[in-house]
Amino acid sequence: MQATRVTAERARRLWLNLGLALTALLLAFAGLMAGSEGWSWRSLMAPDAALIVGEIRAPRTLGAWFTGALLGLAGAVAQGLFRNPLADPYLLGSASGASLGVVLVLAASALGGQAISLASVDALLRVGLVGAAFAGALGGVLLTLLLATGAQQTTRLLLAGVVVGVVLSAISDLVTTAAPDALRGKQVFMLGSTGFLGWPAVLLMAAGLALVLPLAWRLARALDALSLGEATALTLGLPLARLRIVLVAVLALATGLAVSQAGLIAFVGLVAPHLVRRFAPAPQGYTLVASAAMGGVLLLAADVLARTLIAPQELPVGVLTAVLGGGYLLWLLHRRGVR
Amino acid sequence: MVELTAIDGRSRLRRGAVAGLITLALLAPASAATVDPGSAEAAPRAPENGAIAQLAMRSGVTAQAKPQGFRAAQTSPRSAPTERITVRDDRGVSLSFAAPPARIVSLLPSLTESVCALGGCARLVGIDRFSDWPSEVQSLPRLGGLEDAQIERIVALEPDVVLAAASARATQRLEALGVKVLVVESDSHADVKRTLDLLARLLGTPQEAARLWSAIEQDLQRAAALVPLARRGQRVYFEVASAPYAAGAASFIGETLTRLGMANAVPAELGPFPKLNPEYVVRIQPDIVMAVQREIDAMPRRPGWRHLRALQQQRTCGFAAGRYELLVRPGPRLGEAALQLAECLAALEKR
Repeated sequence: MQATRVTAERARRLWLNLGLALTALLLAFAGLMAGSEGWSWRSLMAPDAALIVGEIRAPRTLGAWFTGALLGLAGAVAQGLFRNPLADPYLLGSASGASLGVVLVLAASALGGQAISLASVDALLRVGLVGAAFAGALGGVLLTLLLATGAQQTTRLLLAGVVVGVVLSAISDLVTTAAPDALRGKQVFMLGSTGFLGWPAVLLMAAGLALVLPLAWRLARALDALSLGEATALTLGLPLARLRIVLVAVLALATGLAVSQAGLIAFVGLVAPHLVRRFAPAPQGYTLVASAAMGGVLLLAADVLARTLIAPQELPVGVLTAVLGGGYLLWLLHRRGVR
Repeated sequence: MVELTAIDGRSRLRRGAVAGLITLALLAPASAATVDPGSAEAAPRAPENGAIAQLAMRSGVTAQAKPQGFRAAQTSPRSAPTERITVRDDRGVSLSFAAPPARIVSLLPSLTESVCALGGCARLVGIDRFSDWPSEVQSLPRLGGLEDAQIERIVALEPDVVLAAASARATQRLEALGVKVLVVESDSHADVKRTLDLLARLLGTPQEAARLWSAIEQDLQRAAALVPLARRGQRVYFEVASAPYAAGAASFIGETLTRLGMANAVPAELGPFPKLNPEYVVRIQPDIVMAVQREIDAMPRRPGWRHLRALQQQRTCGFAAGRYELLVRPGPRLGEAALQLAECLAALEKR
């Protein structure tokens, strides 16, 4: 009996792997074809393909996938770490912390006379933005944990996360009031945008994911132990405090990277782990990796839609993910009743 | 840009505003009545009846019921009791004044500029936070913006009229508090001309509008003549924000470019300020790129944009932030803005 269940779970995981890989490939092709003229096969063979496809669509497509993957991973880590299916970079204050970091950099450079646009910053400046976003995200989560006095109580944690999120975004509003030049960059940023993801951004995020994903994979056992309850985890002899700190750092780094490159993109981090668990319940290690893949697929799909729905105009991709992700959650609530 | 954001938000807000108006009308018939001053004008005035006078004051429908005390004597040019001034604003609401308003609050930079250009600068008692021209307005109290106007300070200034855009959130609140609000749209050259007419009549100097508009026309023609022949008909990409949002042919900036004999890289079908796929700009290869200078500097670092021939060959008009503001304000400096664009185009030729 036990054996058949395990095989069934394994089969489901296999299907999910296949499905995610296939969808990602299909969407990547779609991403290469979808542009300011809507769908077009011919653009792949056109004389300007090296420019349009090679320098704009390819990095944008990959970049959207990586951003989504980082957010999906961050969401899965958060939900495992806080044993809370509602935890996500948004609800823990880390996204608003990251955006405060970015806004501070934008405002500082605007006040310093050389206003920069988020759209096209130098590699150096990108690293600066990433650093600020990382620090902000870390600060946000830590503040939330401090206010909630740990992650034990779900309600307390979520309440603290919401409060920290509101306060931090109020502070970034305050900063932009003081430095109106930063306001324009901030607006673009708040809506989330994949439009200006180039090869440097892709490389940066790929490197970040390569660093964060194996780390999270290795720590997944701690998450598994945590899911049995804190006391059990302690009796297993895990150095919980240290593992938690590393996991929070992973969460902050993934969030900070994604936010600094593409702005605030809602719901991917929340929805991706849900979808994975729904299709294939599995140990945390698998959930983490699959959530990253799922997040990538979700954001890539949203990006392709944002590009094509009203081409050559664009929808802000963050608005699209909020509508789609929010719609999915509402549907879940409706189907299962409020729990 | 600031003004552009306002314009941009307007279409979004319009439906909301309509819905809000309907709700307001349903919920509070008393405040809805203040929207229609015409009816109150017809009612007999009874200054000796304190209660009625007070009521009228609160609903803000009879300028005459206000005490004709210190304020009027101080600043108003209403020496001779001429005929009443009645103007209909862009909402279709008609406002009536016993004399040209002597205390004016403007909540939009282009309206501040229009009032001053029509010679009414001295009558301004408060402005929004972005108004910065002409220099004499700089010392006036700043009362917030369209989204966050400081109602209390505005009411305390006892303005005879507040000038606002359709997207202003303060309009209903101010009207409920008995302040007259003149709502105008400024989305096109025709809007600017109509607004100038409206404001000139409001200020009691209707002839000023024609004078000002013919000066603007002259500037526009002078600017068009400045554009080198070789540049005429070339396609301009004018970026208003780095998302990227462009000023399409349907915007007032697009209209100015058309007057200069230039083509627009963004067709009118896409609306006045569309958010474009960045790839679109690379694909259409505009002949000339116009934007704030710092965005022009940053453009080659956007993915693929270094292949824009206009950037490679420096066929760009980058404007310093202060000069750029002038371009994106649909107001009386329209002609000056056109001249600025034309001067850049002429300078491109010499390079």
